[in-house]
Amino acid sequence: MRHWVVPAILLLALLGLTVWMTRLETVGIYRMPSLSEVMIASFEHLQLVLAAEGLAILIGVPIGFIVSRRAFRWIGTPLMAAVNVGQTIPTLALLAIASLAIGSGFQAAVVGLFIYALLPIVRNTFAGIRSVDPAVKEAAQGMGMSRWQVTSRVELPLARPVIVAGVRTSTVVNVGTAAVAGMIGGVGLGSLITTGLAVNVVQMVLQGAAPAAALAIALDAILGQVERWLTPRGLRKSAPRTSKRALRRAAMADGL
Amino acid sequence: MIRLEHVSKVFADGTEAVKDLSLEISEGEFCVFLGPSGCGKTTSLRMINRLIPITRGKILIQGIDTQQRNVNELRRDIGYAIQNIGLFPHLTVAQNIGTVPMLKHWPREKRRARARELLDLVGMPPDTFIDRYPSELSGGQQQRVGVARCLGADPPILLMDEPFGAIDPITRTKLQGEFLKIQERLQKTIAFVTHDIDEAIKMGDTIALMKDGELVQYADPATLLAEPKTRFVRDFVGADRVLKGLRLLRARDVMKDPKHILRIDESVSHAVEALDTRRRQWLPAVDDAGRFRGWVEREDLESSETLEDALTPAVTTASPRTPLNEALSMMLASATGAVAVLDDDDKLLGLLSFGAIRDVLSADDESDQE
Repeated sequence: MRHWVVPAILLLALLGLTVWMTRLETVGIYRMPSLSEVMIASFEHLQLVLAAEGLAILIGVPIGFIVSRRAFRWIGTPLMAAVNVGQTIPTLALLAIASLAIGSGFQAAVVGLFIYALLPIVRNTFAGIRSVDPAVKEAAQGMGMSRWQVTSRVELPLARPVIVAGVRTSTVVNVGTAAVAGMIGGVGLGSLITTGLAVNVVQMVLQGAAPAAALAIALDAILGQVERWLTPRGLRKSAPRTSKRALRRAAMADGL
Repeated sequence: MIRLEHVSKVFADGTEAVKDLSLEISEGEFCVFLGPSGCGKTTSLRMINRLIPITRGKILIQGIDTQQRNVNELRRDIGYAIQNIGLFPHLTVAQNIGTVPMLKHWPREKRRARARELLDLVGMPPDTFIDRYPSELSGGQQQRVGVARCLGADPPILLMDEPFGAIDPITRTKLQGEFLKIQERLQKTIAFVTHDIDEAIKMGDTIALMKDGELVQYADPATLLAEPKTRFVRDFVGADRVLKGLRLLRARDVMKDPKHILRIDESVSHAVEALDTRRRQWLPAVDDAGRFRGWVEREDLESSETLEDALTPAVTTASPRTPLNEALSMMLASATGAVAVLDDDDKLLGLLSFGAIRDVLSADDESDQE
């Protein structure tokens, strides 16, 4: 449970900071956004991230899976190289290009974020499936599992923790990227930050940045838990066979 | 049971891994594919369950061409164990063992009962191990589960690719012995790949020795050791092949009747006479029930009143079933250079001497000359 403590404290601090900034009501001649405005912006921000992430999972996992197949291995390595280069394109540039192509707004932001989210997911799916021990696959095949059974019963369960880790990374990173997207599309917490920067009011910038950070921490914690749930028990590093309480009970039964 | 007819394998890069291989493994036979790495033994094995497609020729199992069968159903009827074991890390021991039964749609309870039965068979207490994950087992335990898993749906045929390859020598010897006992009971038809000549001699009813994709000699271990067909076979089985051959012979095969047996209650002068007329330094002595008591040596008799006083008890004795290589070690440790072969009631059946073993070895040498 200890891994909860630090994120929980940070989360509370960030939320506290947000509420405090809202309470200021005005800074100089500028009116600070109200709490409900901040909440709407946060919700928009979350929508942006989740929409992009959902699309990226729907498309990225199958791509990663397909390029890990032997027939497509020749694509796999150059594609991964391209994917890695793709990630080095500056966020702002990519989003600007997306908004030029699609027009600014929610949709352009989603498309830009989707491209960013796609990369870690494709890469992790590819890596996760390729990391399955060939001996395990050979055994599965040799015992008479069909191709589909090898995939569904062996490869995917074993690759699942790595795939989920990719989703988690890309989600957390995208909360930050979405703030940049908001600067261009005018949606989410990014718009608060842009406004704050434009009028040079630090408090207003903080009002956008603090909830964004809080969102990232919360999503990371939730996905971390999902990752633990989806990791098969035999793969967990410390697979506790019995709980401490059960052990204690057993010890008592032994007459201690 | 398993018949390979002119089977060849040419890989996409042009290497001919197996060349025109024909052999038959009869029902209940333990056949070892032996050879140096790259000789095509694993390829041959994997063609039997079609993990590698055959280029030319065909393989029949119980008279049915394997190509005619659905590949997955074919494999479900053949147990398969590999060196790297390949246990499913995300499944429990019970689920691992129950893999093929699950593919064959056995009900859950039956699969679990089968897993318990097989764990018992491979010497792992089911209550302790059935719900463990592979990561919670030692290397030797994983190998045992691997063996249990290939027996999962009780297939008549087992293919085993160095199943005891990845473990320490002590555990390995133990598992080999245990597996032989299991095989004695189950009488499976087994194709077993190894590069270890000692393992092949120990385990195989027959050995198929391969080199560069060709079958060099297919024979039982004794024949392979005594009558190597080519120079390669002789080199491969090793310079100590004669010693290895000793392992296949038992004391009862080479023991000789003692020339003279002393009775423990005979007089000393009588014994001296018996020794001198036969020009022997020692003779075995038995009691009136024919039980072996030990050795009487000529020089000990000089200062003794009775044979009992002069008696040197034997350090070790052999049984008719003792392998000759063990008997040879006993001889080296024995003061007289001979070993008495006794039955279960300690009755003297015969004697083993260096001479008797030399006779066996020289018989081998003669066959070498041919």
